[in-house]
Amino acid sequence: MSLLELKNVSKVYGNLHALDHVSLKVEKGEWLAIMGPSGSGKSTMMNIIGALDKATEGEILLDGEDISRKNARALTDIRRDKIGLIFQQFHLVSYLTAVENVMLAQYYHSLPDEKEALEALERVGLADRAKHYPSQLSGGEQQRVCVARALINYPEIILADEPTGNLDEANEEIVVELFRKLHLEGTTLIVVTHNPEVAEVAQRTIVLRNGRVDHEMINENFTGKIKHITLQ
Amino acid sequence: MEKTVNLQIQDTKDIDMKKRKMYIRMITASLLRRRSRMIIALLAISIGAMILSGLVTIYIDVPRQMGAQFRSYGANMIVTPDSDRMMPDQVEAVRGLVPDDKLVGIAAYRYETVRVNDRPVMAASADLEQVQKTSPFWLVDGEWPAADGEIMIGKNVARMYNLKPGKRMTCTYAPESETEAGDGETEEVVLDNWVDFTVTAILDTGGKEEDYVYMRTSDMEKLTGEATAYDVCELSVSSGSDELKALSGKISEQVPGVSARLVKRVTESEDTVLSKLQSLVLLVTVVVLALTMICVATTMTAVVAERRKEIGLRKALGASNQSIIAEFMGEGIVLGACGGLLGAILGFLFAQAVSRNVFHSSITLMPWLVPVTILASVLVTGAACMIPIRSATQVDPALVLKGE
Repeated sequence: MSLLELKNVSKVYGNLHALDHVSLKVEKGEWLAIMGPSGSGKSTMMNIIGALDKATEGEILLDGEDISRKNARALTDIRRDKIGLIFQQFHLVSYLTAVENVMLAQYYHSLPDEKEALEALERVGLADRAKHYPSQLSGGEQQRVCVARALINYPEIILADEPTGNLDEANEEIVVELFRKLHLEGTTLIVVTHNPEVAEVAQRTIVLRNGRVDHEMINENFTGKIKHITLQ
Repeated sequence: MEKTVNLQIQDTKDIDMKKRKMYIRMITASLLRRRSRMIIALLAISIGAMILSGLVTIYIDVPRQMGAQFRSYGANMIVTPDSDRMMPDQVEAVRGLVPDDKLVGIAAYRYETVRVNDRPVMAASADLEQVQKTSPFWLVDGEWPAADGEIMIGKNVARMYNLKPGKRMTCTYAPESETEAGDGETEEVVLDNWVDFTVTAILDTGGKEEDYVYMRTSDMEKLTGEATAYDVCELSVSSGSDELKALSGKISEQVPGVSARLVKRVTESEDTVLSKLQSLVLLVTVVVLALTMICVATTMTAVVAERRKEIGLRKALGASNQSIIAEFMGEGIVLGACGGLLGAILGFLFAQAVSRNVFHSSITLMPWLVPVTILASVLVTGAACMIPIRSATQVDPALVLKGE
């Protein structure tokens, strides 16, 4: 059984078909990249998979459970328990420190544990920046805090929307390496990106166009090997 | 991959404590690290609480303040003997029935007709220190008699005898019993009772007092040769008309041989002015309360509006509506409590300033008003937060996170 399965999923805004009968399967531990031009439906798909939005029609099976007809409260529970979100614009709470931002996800999930949150920051190479506020961190560091926040509750899927969109090349590489590491640990990753360099490191890439899956690419050179990049 | 935290082995209390700790940490961080925003909200709340607390203080203190003001218009209770005269022990009994903190002054008078240059003049004796308290509106040109042999005379008396402060006058006293009849004609025998006085002051009241002379009780005893007894006792009591009515009834009932009654023209006008003033203050208080709520609601709406992205993020991370409400309400309650405390302190200072400028007297701190102001402030802030918080729960995380 696939971890995630979309069956004929559509999302319609008025006359606009943002997603048009899309079907997709994502296996547990898979690293999938979603590409496509602006307006192709990437963000809509991301929102639907991330339980941030509801499909107009079709079925979304997450871990065998159809989440397409769930109400807002149930979707909140799914986001909290099964999905880790990473955003292009980081979206850290400005008045909380890095470690407190990570603990925020724990707070809503189960219970905040500062030690565990510090360990998560250590995994992304930010142990020494734990007490810094987002404004005191670089873009790359903020995105790594987001990664730590996304993985702290061991979600079924980590969903990243343009995770390197606001980063320079060096930081982009660091974040991609973090994804490699997570993938090696068995995390299922879905990365929405414009950037072919980010997409080509994934196991599989689907390209959306006009709300449909235009084509699919398998990365035959995928090794999953981690390069040695200093995260500090 | 499963989360390895085994919640079963965690003590429920420990979990609650950790969650509570994080909750407090988030609220504290939000309040302290977003200082500029929070100071504006705090100011709005404390100014509202200040005016509320100040007005309530004034509202409660107005009867006392105005009572003290009204007392400058003279005595508001008269006690008279049922038969001939009141004895000092009866006056003392009346005094004992009036609470110390309410009594402004008590002056018992004895009136006698004396003669000055063979012309009759009405003389009154009393404890003149108390008379100053019961009749503060008297205009006295000179010094109140402070020693035996000193006298204060009414303006008309002064004009009649061409007297000024510092001049001397002699009063003689001829009781009726000493008037004898002989050979079919009445002959007045003037006894040798006389006292030389120094005029220390001229009294100007615009009333009948200007025809009187005022001396100390000891001088009257010397002049008449009789022990002190009183014709009337005037009281100035700082109380509302209901309390005064109860007090006069108590005096008439508990002190034998005397009757107490209120000076209606004084007590009724006091009641009218007081009730109008209190109604006005109450109305202003209600209006201020409404304005405070609007002001706080507006501030909190602005606070919520600028945090839409943060709310969206929290919802995206799995925050339930209850969590969002609890977090914003927590902030509102802390702000309300801090604003209430600050407002209670400032409100006291505000009421003190008003009291000093308007009534020329100080007010005393009412400690119970501090928790009441804090509670009112928390309730008002909580109510004012309800609408913006409800709108916070409607935030769509997907739209907000996309920056729409």
